[in-house]
Amino acid sequence: MPNSRLSRRAILALVALPWPALASGLQDAIRDAVGEGEFTESGITLTLPATAENGGQVPLTVQVESPQTGALHVTAIHIFATRNPTPGVASFRLTPLVARAEVQTRIRLAEHQQVIAIAVMSDGTRRRTVAEARVSTGGCLS
Amino acid sequence: MSAPLATPRLRVPRTARRGEAFEIRCLMTHPMETGLRPDAPPRDMLNRLLVRVEGEVALDAALRNGTAANPYHVFFLRLERSSEIEFIWSDEGGRSVRATARVTIA
Repeated sequence: MPNSRLSRRAILALVALPWPALASGLQDAIRDAVGEGEFTESGITLTLPATAENGGQVPLTVQVESPQTGALHVTAIHIFATRNPTPGVASFRLTPLVARAEVQTRIRLAEHQQVIAIAVMSDGTRRRTVAEARVSTGGCLS
Repeated sequence: MSAPLATPRLRVPRTARRGEAFEIRCLMTHPMETGLRPDAPPRDMLNRLLVRVEGEVALDAALRNGTAANPYHVFFLRLERSSEIEFIWSDEGGRSVRATARVTIA
């Protein structure tokens, strides 16, 4: 059936697409931080304002679902900006002394873009999420 | 670059309950100049915030270009006993500034 062949091809195309279609500099930065491997897309929340007036001071919160015990805790949270001149924002190493797997900070965004947060757990699993923010005034080059 | 690093501002509770999360806020006055802007002054960046509890690392942050000027961080700790919490910011030139806060477990 032509229909089913079309849909199969569409599915193959979707699977082949990287998540999201990342620039090579960004892919390199992520690989440098966490290496190669699979991500789950749940258990992590990234909160950004829908629109940031000042791209130089954009509030950001990352929360990870984690008991923060010696047996299972977040060991690292990495933040990347997809369309800044350089993608690196910050990397946080956490220990079980951190009671909640949560960090809040303020970041720079050059323009309307997606921000990626990655959490690495003590059992080696990795989680990833993305959020989008509009920026009224760019915060990197002004 | 030559001026000394600013004094960090901390908001840490004086007391906390054993094993319960409490919030820490810290603000460090610093331009976080990436050197990428047109006509920018030379690069001047803090690249690390280290938080230790009685000498044991709790949080170790690597700060990169996307961290805003005057780096501000909020996080949550928990303690089993009264402890001194130490905060150290370091810049790419090797300078650092240290601040401490004592939390008593009630």
